[in-house]
Amino acid sequence: MKKSGSELLETINFKPFVESLIAILVGFIIGAIVLIAFGYNPFDAYYWLFVGALGSTRGIASTLKYATPIMLTALTFAIGTRTGIFNIGAESSFYFGAIAAVIFTNLWANMWFGLLMGMLLGALWALPAAALKVYRGVHEVISTIMLNWIGWFFVLWLIVGPYANPNDPNKTIRIPEAARLPEIGYGLSIAIIIAVIAALLTYFLLWHTTMGFGMRASGINQKAARYAGMNPRMAVMWSFLIGGLLSGLGGAMKIMGEGPGYAISQGGANIYGFGFDGIGVALVGRNHPLGIILSALFFGMLRAGTALMQAEAQVPLEIIKVIQGIIVITVAIPSLYDLVKKAIHRGAAQ
Amino acid sequence: MNAGDVITILITSFMAMVPIVLTSVGAAWSERAGVVSIGYEGVLLMSAFFGAIFAELAGSAVVGLVGGIIVGVLLGMLHGALTVYLKGDHVIPGIGINLLAMGVVPFGILAYWGTAGQHQLPHDAQMWHLKTPYGELSPMVVVTIIIAVVTWWVLFKTPLGLRVRSVGENPEAADALGINVEKYRFWSAVYGHALAGLGGAYMSVDWLGLVHKTMSGGRGFIALANMVFSGWNPLVSLIGGWLFGFFEALASWLAPKHIIPGQFILMLPYIMTLIIVAGIIGKARPPKWSGKPYKRE
Repeated sequence: MKKSGSELLETINFKPFVESLIAILVGFIIGAIVLIAFGYNPFDAYYWLFVGALGSTRGIASTLKYATPIMLTALTFAIGTRTGIFNIGAESSFYFGAIAAVIFTNLWANMWFGLLMGMLLGALWALPAAALKVYRGVHEVISTIMLNWIGWFFVLWLIVGPYANPNDPNKTIRIPEAARLPEIGYGLSIAIIIAVIAALLTYFLLWHTTMGFGMRASGINQKAARYAGMNPRMAVMWSFLIGGLLSGLGGAMKIMGEGPGYAISQGGANIYGFGFDGIGVALVGRNHPLGIILSALFFGMLRAGTALMQAEAQVPLEIIKVIQGIIVITVAIPSLYDLVKKAIHRGAAQ
Repeated sequence: MNAGDVITILITSFMAMVPIVLTSVGAAWSERAGVVSIGYEGVLLMSAFFGAIFAELAGSAVVGLVGGIIVGVLLGMLHGALTVYLKGDHVIPGIGINLLAMGVVPFGILAYWGTAGQHQLPHDAQMWHLKTPYGELSPMVVVTIIIAVVTWWVLFKTPLGLRVRSVGENPEAADALGINVEKYRFWSAVYGHALAGLGGAYMSVDWLGLVHKTMSGGRGFIALANMVFSGWNPLVSLIGGWLFGFFEALASWLAPKHIIPGQFILMLPYIMTLIIVAGIIGKARPPKWSGKPYKRE
């Protein structure tokens, strides 16, 4: 075990970390320009954003709560990227995890059963894209976009149809009390702990198992991996399935761990968009499970701070989506680190 | 269902077709040249918003449409710069543009008009419509058909189109023939996003006469589905886009009747697309070098 500390460091590259920090900085600067353009005070806005997210126990609990679902969907995307695929199907696996929790906890009010079925349905929904990729060569971006829509309409139908709450037909039936995730305090459930464990297990899987090695190897070079006796097809298969499983877990925990509703709300509003947000989290976390923990906490903090920012600085909460978008676009600039370094050197030389 | 209902559904299909067809045609051109983008959803939304501002300021819907094109051009240039010149990934910038739109538009509606989530356009900023007893038709339907046909003709029947397709299919050979691969790819990306910009502005200043924070409603992704469905062919995507519009119109007509749940109708086009890309019926093959940066050796 003595070696594992330094091994851990080896997998964390210094450059991407700095690049993400630069991107975050650029996001905040452009966000400030937008705020000024519309007549808001950016210092006021950011002050209350941070106070709201980190200034109280309630704020920190809220940060952790918002970090949970996007941490898991980000892991889905990251596992895909590490195996060389662009899996944007986290969105719909998340829906299926959520609806599975509603359906199965009402059959047997057991928390573990609910989580297990969430993971299972999430993984199952990822299977078509995996099979189409492996056996028919269908590009996963296309198939997962299609499956996201099919899944969305199907789950929407389940929400208003068979699993609608008879007393409140816009929502689904609730998770029975016995199957809800235990609360830590301030509305925060143990979901965050499970999510962090999932991230650590993902890290362990990718960097400390033969299977993970095979997955990463086929992500870097399919042909080389095949010559080395690995099976890139199985690697892609597993990548989709584990990815779907993680997002399914996220969806199940979103409904089982968040009161007071413990149900999917009208029009699926409380299960929509987490897969897409997770892509941003994964990119800023540089598709590394440990980076994703940090990046999810960062985006969770942004989201948690909006309540106070809106109340105290009267700034619409959507500004954080503007910042988030700028951050992702900035992260997309190749070799950002070298570009910035060059610019700084040029500035210093003058 | 009587004859009036049928005509209403058909007219609605034509109105609903416009943003999808314009975006699919643009995306098909761009991908033929080798530039993939999944940011059209964000382009539609942002150009709907900024197009409405342009239209209101000028008191003219046509200016609004031009404003939408300008937004599309700028976002296309951003995407082109990142993917063609900096050789970056093709999928990630689109994700950023989509996220950005989800922030800029609701924020902008609130900050610019002071209303939450939705803004109704004044009459002078809305496009003239041909009014029939069964619904309204916009001249943009005709413009869209012309754009699709002309784009198809240029892409497949002219030397310019051949060069565009060559940089997406075999950039090395194109380069050897003296074609400036980067230039063709960059402007193809711009053209693709510009058409989506036109489609976005159409939704606000023409079709619906309002701005809503989620008004793109996934049409950017529907358009990508349609592009694949149509085999990267602008002419076919005109038909495909009409079909998607038809399913949309049919689902909204069926919804209050509770015969078949509307959700299952809305699902159909995606299932169809999935079946087509799986090669079970027909064949879908993307341009060989689409999504891959080209670096000169």
